Amino acid sequence: MSANTYQLSQEDKKFVGLHIFFAVLALSIGTLFGPLQALEHSGLDLYPYLQPLFKSYYQGLTLHGVLNALVWTTFFITGFLTLVVIVGLKRELRYPKLNRVGFWTMVVGLVMAAIPILLNEASVLYTFYPPLKAHWAFYLGLTLVVVGSWIEGYGFFFTFAAWRKENPGVRSPFIALAAVITMGMWQIATLGVAAEILTMLLPWSLGLIEGTDPQLARTYFWFTGHPLVYFWLLPAYISWYGMLPKQAGGKLFSDSLGRFAFWLFFLLSVPLGFHHQYVDPGVPAGWKFLHALLTYSVFFPSMLTAFTVIASLEYAGRQNGGKGLLGWIRALPWNNPSVSAQLFAGILFFFGGISGLANASYNVNLVLHNTAWVPGHFHLTVASAVTLSFWGISYWLVPYITGKKLLNEKTATWANWLWFIGMIIFSNAMHVLGLLGAPRRTPLGLAPYIPEEWSGHLLRVGIGGSIMFIGAVLFVVTVARTAWSKKAEPAEVEVPVAEAIHDPQDTPQWLDAFKPWLIGTIALIIIAYGPQLVDQIANISLNAPGGKVW
Amino acid sequence: MSTKTSMHIDPYERNWMIVSIVLLLGFATAIAVAAFAFGIQVPSPEQRVDPRTVAESGPWAEPGLRELSPGKYEAYILARTWLFQPREITVPVGSKVTFYVTSADVQHGFKLQNTNLNVQVIPGQVSKLTITFDEPGDYNYICTEYCGNGHAAMFGTVHVTP
Ligand code: HEM
Ligand SMILES: [Cu+2]
Ligand SMILES: [Cu+2]
Repeated sequence: MSANTYQLSQEDKKFVGLHIFFAVLALSIGTLFGPLQALEHSGLDLYPYLQPLFKSYYQGLTLHGVLNALVWTTFFITGFLTLVVIVGLKRELRYPKLNRVGFWTMVVGLVMAAIPILLNEASVLYTFYPPLKAHWAFYLGLTLVVVGSWIEGYGFFFTFAAWRKENPGVRSPFIALAAVITMGMWQIATLGVAAEILTMLLPWSLGLIEGTDPQLARTYFWFTGHPLVYFWLLPAYISWYGMLPKQAGGKLFSDSLGRFAFWLFFLLSVPLGFHHQYVDPGVPAGWKFLHALLTYSVFFPSMLTAFTVIASLEYAGRQNGGKGLLGWIRALPWNNPSVSAQLFAGILFFFGGISGLANASYNVNLVLHNTAWVPGHFHLTVASAVTLSFWGISYWLVPYITGKKLLNEKTATWANWLWFIGMIIFSNAMHVLGLLGAPRRTPLGLAPYIPEEWSGHLLRVGIGGSIMFIGAVLFVVTVARTAWSKKAEPAEVEVPVAEAIHDPQDTPQWLDAFKPWLIGTIALIIIAYGPQLVDQIANISLNAPGGKVW
Repeated sequence: MSTKTSMHIDPYERNWMIVSIVLLLGFATAIAVAAFAFGIQVPSPEQRVDPRTVAESGPWAEPGLRELSPGKYEAYILARTWLFQPREITVPVGSKVTFYVTSADVQHGFKLQNTNLNVQVIPGQVSKLTITFDEPGDYNYICTEYCGNGHAAMFGTVHVTP
């Protein structure tokens, strides 16, 4: 019997389930455009058949980016972390109503942003760089999604604080602390995009001001845009550190190093956004170089994570009877789709990490910026490391909240394998195309400058993308049947929470305290961003009127 | 309650941490050497302009190539929906060309294929890039940032003659 038997109330299960419902709905619609884009690259242009429902490749790409990268992730994360906080702390939410308010604010925002996108009034892609000018409802909707996620975060903070009061001197449970760190980082990170939308984009789209400052807007955007990727990743790490070891039959290798890594991510996620702006003309090279160095420093907690996760898995594999240098790998429960999804996620993330290191490498970025390399990279990260981990989590979470057995393990296993294999083909082709100079965000079938030598790689984009798509369909079918099919059998499912090998009570206090890390984070942000923000804001020119050019 | 202040660290883990830090320093050194010893630098602020009037007065009113001295050129390029002005320029091999690129409307990209010139083109900002063409041939400059409906067709060419 595991140490953890705390159960969510029926209402809370429903509440978490609602998050997952919206998340999977967003993924289903967003992913529909994936194969269309990929096949377009291969020379098969299906967009004429979508008329007049969807007007262009770019409208589709906006839906693809917004629904997959922003909605699938944010809804899944807030839902999953709600469960993590409750189960981790073994107590109810302090103010359940507050979390409900946050959630429904996100839903209202989602609907508000979706309408203009569907009407082709906001085909500005998920980065919405001004002066591409979307309908104001798009910006207001996005703002509400962020505000809603803040409110859900406050709900976690109050709950955590209440637990602290009730448990003086006890180390906080790792997964709950990690959830709170993730949401804390998110509060700080989103200040950039909040400033961008509230001071420029919203008043401009409402006609209150005439233009925007596109350079300053990019600086604000990437203040949020980089830590956004850690907002996606950290919940997957919570599962890798705090749940996967248990599912694999082992324990968490080091509780303290897990916490240490999370605090380092908290500290280092924000102050390095200029690595997305290496080729921006309005940011001095010296600041870009500083952010390049800070970006490398995130390599350190990433390596810690790799070590701890692999060591925990090795421990599990040996507990299962695995022998020899690599025998423990075969001894992992690969036939459990929740485990295999996360193992594939980790393997693909290894390659994504390497390609990300290249992106981050200052002058190397000159060769890669805005090329197909970049979507090649982040389909290995957000669309694999994160997405496959969330699939793996769904395979126990949906049964847990519905009280039914996964229907079934076979379709789930196929989903994982197809995504894994398709992604290897797809991402490899995208990386190669990027090195050859193929631009991203471009229907390459329409581009007049494509050399013949790219065609084999373009074909592989379509093949890999189509295989991935079948995987995604199987995932959606699996969770939908589990939730709604009459054939699904009742089952008692437990939330997998891994114990640590060493007693968490031995974890030093400074790894369980917010204050020093919060102060450090704010100080580092002021050093890394302060002077440039002051300078760019002092020299603001709202002279780019832009418009609707799609 | 424990009062320990140090973490338990496994010896393998300690070595791994050391290796990580060494690798990290290695990468940092590599980009620093490339940037400061070999001069492979990223763009820096050059000049600001008013995107509403940049096409009407000043050097981008008549974009194109100007010869400064034999073998030395500057090229003023205006990006707008959905073309580059000028669409083509021709220089002899061995020429050193400095590009000044800006936008009259939305953001664009400027990537000169098969070179490491690549920049975001932002309304209100001037992007400056310099290159010496050592090999004859045609080099396309393509728009690498989504700029509206005609984005995919937006490109120009540098002809480098032998
Ligand atoms: C069947 C599955 C998928 C396929 C075939 C696919 C394919 C593609 C392709 C070809 C592009 C590049 C389009 C371009 O640059 O012109 C793209 C962009 C993108 N994809 Fe996917 N994708 C899939 C699933 C996903 C998932 C699950 C996510 C995230 C969780 C995701 C996130 C993104 C993002 C953020 C972009 C960038 C959009 C932009 O540049 O504005 N994709 N996808
Ligand atoms: Cu980043
Ligand atoms: Cu363009």
